[in-house]
Amino acid sequence: MARRLATPTQPTGLNQRPPGRNQRAMPDDARYGLRRHVTLSGPLSLDSGAALTPVEFGYETYGVPNADASNAILICHALTGDQYVASDHPVTGKPGWWSRMVGPGKPIDPDRHFIICTNVLGSCMGSSGPATIDPATGAPFAMHFPVITVRDMVRAQAMLLDHLGVSRLHAVVGGSMGGMQALSWAATFPQRIEAVVVIASTARHSAQNIAFHEVGRQAIMADPKWREGDYYAAADPPAAGLAVARMAAHITYLSEAGLTEKFGRKLQAREAKTFGFDADFQVESYLRYQGLSFTDRFDANAYLYITRAMDYFDLGEEHGGLLANAFRATDARFCVVSFDTDWLYPTSESRAIVQALNAAAKRVSFVELSSPFGHDAFLLESPQLNAVVAGFLGNGR
Amino acid sequence: MIDLRPDLAIIARNVAPDSRVLDIGCGDGALMAALRDRHGVDARGLEIDPANVSAAVARGLSVVQGDADTDLAGYPDQAFDYAILSRTLQTTRRPDRVLDHLLRIGRQAFVSFPNFAHWRVRASLLFGGRMPVNRLLPERWYDTPNIHHVTIDDFRAMVAERGIAIDAEWFLSGDKRARPAGANIFAEHAVFLLHR
Repeated sequence: MARRLATPTQPTGLNQRPPGRNQRAMPDDARYGLRRHVTLSGPLSLDSGAALTPVEFGYETYGVPNADASNAILICHALTGDQYVASDHPVTGKPGWWSRMVGPGKPIDPDRHFIICTNVLGSCMGSSGPATIDPATGAPFAMHFPVITVRDMVRAQAMLLDHLGVSRLHAVVGGSMGGMQALSWAATFPQRIEAVVVIASTARHSAQNIAFHEVGRQAIMADPKWREGDYYAAADPPAAGLAVARMAAHITYLSEAGLTEKFGRKLQAREAKTFGFDADFQVESYLRYQGLSFTDRFDANAYLYITRAMDYFDLGEEHGGLLANAFRATDARFCVVSFDTDWLYPTSESRAIVQALNAAAKRVSFVELSSPFGHDAFLLESPQLNAVVAGFLGNGR
Repeated sequence: MIDLRPDLAIIARNVAPDSRVLDIGCGDGALMAALRDRHGVDARGLEIDPANVSAAVARGLSVVQGDADTDLAGYPDQAFDYAILSRTLQTTRRPDRVLDHLLRIGRQAFVSFPNFAHWRVRASLLFGGRMPVNRLLPERWYDTPNIHHVTIDDFRAMVAERGIAIDAEWFLSGDKRARPAGANIFAEHAVFLLHR
């Protein structure tokens, strides 16, 4: 199962080379490859009015840029995703989270595309976030990290692309929060993109979306180990709170039918109910495991910051209250995909995006795919999704 | 080059090059691809069946999954030179409203439909007493998507009532062109070019 992508670059070592925009992209360029890290001076101006300097990036690239890097595809990850889109995760050892979509012979193919995936701003896998050392104090930012937005994540990605010598993207592709970034790309850098793929996403966070996130944040902040965010020095993070946050969120990624099919009311390694509060049911055991294992690879404060950024996301509001206005300046083609059992970002949210794109007379494709797996469907095996993305990226004009 | 269905071939021949087209009920995008490749047309599509949408997107076409009855309202006025509705009118819940949308979205509209007054249909009903199942209308009464059967004369009457002008009309019997005279009996399909 575990499979590493063929790559022309060395997979190790930190990259300290300064930006070299005019330098010809060579396959052995130290900027490219797996497990890259770079610190750029910025400053990065944020929607909150604050500015961040320097800005750190943990990222990976696959494939080789062509002469003008016009084969570049940026992949934007979801809330708890990371840059390890198609290579083994350094903490969990699991294969890349989207190796079904990205890899040799896949719709996004390192043999043809120069693929970039960076840990988002605010996260905890090498990019600037609350766990990063604040140069002003020498201690982690914790809750002194500025509140960020999806648009700030996109601005940071643009900084990284400048560093990588990519002026224009063949495509920006994302699911869930990655789709929000892809939409924000179209609005923020309309001339830098040729195509946009938005999967299982939305142009604005709904009250229900915000509500679920608030449950997660409150779970973290109610954990006494959270300590107002200053838990880094004690090396004793609020794992219990973060695990509960993940458990609640995980339910929203599945569907009732999917949970019933997978677990039903089956008991966990026992013959009968115990008349206690142990994990009697398989679904409880599964959720507890999902929650606990998540705390090994994710920072609780990063969870607070990124969910906040998602809650603040309302692309129409950023453009005078009319979503169509967000898309007027771009000539990019759009492909919007939803899943019929996704109740977190239901098809109606995708339709709202499509209607706005139609109102702005943009080239848009939209399909609702059928899957029993709810929101998570975009990460799972889906020949239809692969066919749509491959067709859209390959044959578009 | 793939041969287009005869009604689509008529439409393809009569769309002005380099125009903007919305193909409603575009299927797998055969007409859109032909318009794009042979006539430089900027074509967009609307299609209800997800497998067809996927096939069309895989051809590099811009196709939105949606329903002509509910999803045309989001398209702006006069955004296209032509709106095309081929063999779809009779499947909509409200053909009259769909037609109004066509002529709002497009400056002109192509509409094609099977003629329910063709002599074979008449004969089937008159002599057999059964709803026709034939080459033209292959589905049975209970599983047909054609919920609003229409004749050429019905269609003419509807557009006249709604103040819609007929710019051109074509009739087909099998794959061959049929004469306008007696079309309501002898034509299996009709294609109209309309404007308001």
